[in-house]
Amino acid sequence: MGFFDRLFGKKNSADSAKERLQLVLIHDRTDLTPAELDSLRDDLIATISRHVEIDAQSVQIGMEHDGRSQRLVADIPLKGAARRRAKRSK
Amino acid sequence: MPAQVITITSGKGGVGKTTAVANIAVALASEGSKVVCIDGDIGLRNLDVILGLENRIVYDIVDVIEGRCRLRQAMIRDKKLPELYLIPAAQTRDKNAVSPSDMHRLIKELRNDFDFVLIDSPAGIERGFKNAIAAADRVLVVTNPEVSAVRDADRVIGILEAEEKGPGSLIINRLNPTLVKNHDMLSADDVLDLLAVELIGIVPEDENVIIGSNRGAPVAFDPKSRAGQAFRNIAKRLRGEKVPFLDLDNTGGFWQRLQRLAGRK
Repeated sequence: MGFFDRLFGKKNSADSAKERLQLVLIHDRTDLTPAELDSLRDDLIATISRHVEIDAQSVQIGMEHDGRSQRLVADIPLKGAARRRAKRSK
Repeated sequence: MPAQVITITSGKGGVGKTTAVANIAVALASEGSKVVCIDGDIGLRNLDVILGLENRIVYDIVDVIEGRCRLRQAMIRDKKLPELYLIPAAQTRDKNAVSPSDMHRLIKELRNDFDFVLIDSPAGIERGFKNAIAAADRVLVVTNPEVSAVRDADRVIGILEAEEKGPGSLIINRLNPTLVKNHDMLSADDVLDLLAVELIGIVPEDENVIIGSNRGAPVAFDPKSRAGQAFRNIAKRLRGEKVPFLDLDNTGGFWQRLQRLAGRK
């Protein structure tokens, strides 16, 4: 990688290779496409919304890996909790 | 003690499987182990030329399986190492000429006469690969520090786990220390992070590998070659010895060496 690439903050190629592979391997290992992940996300939001009020806009669903095993990680902020947090910080 | 049966595979073609088999075999046999290599790439045989034995082939693995000769007749003894043998692949047949149970039968016959049986798997994840891993006690997965090779290695490791052949041990082949230093090649640590399997060897890119295959004399014979050293270390690890991984950093130029001498690196 040249000096100018570095100067203009271009990411080095080994890092892009690693990041791209991380994503590709997760999908290869789980056989789950990004589209399927989106539909899973919508289903989850619908199901959970029937029980508690959630902030659907900020739901995050992602894959993490721990060694060779994959984990589905969901971060689902509850509406009530967000309000409480907002009050406390005032 | 019966032989350890080791299959070398990769998923992607052209990453150096055959070279790895030839060099590990030479290194093991040079240290006194009795070794037989089986070329499992039916229709695309190559282990014979890499070992420099192409002119001695009379019978091949399919002749043995179909009963046209005895096993011993198809075994070619190496020119320099009397304890190293090759069972060549058939060149005019396809992978369907061999089945996993054929491999089991063949290896059962070899197990008691050798210390190591090394099987060179074809690229891919189909029949030829399934044949090659059928009788393996251990599988070595060869990859290069490149996106396509790492991705394919991951697929193969997944299949090995599903077939209960263990996750396999990894050989990272053709690592270029200068590119790694400039962050333009995945490092061995990056590859291990991604694949999360045990490492058994890191082999640096080395022009002597090509020179060796031109001559039919694998680099493991060359005491000065760094790739040869890396393959000899893999052989030692297979024999159960603890050998530290090569420090690939000291391939730097004059300036780097000077800096290291001055204690700055």
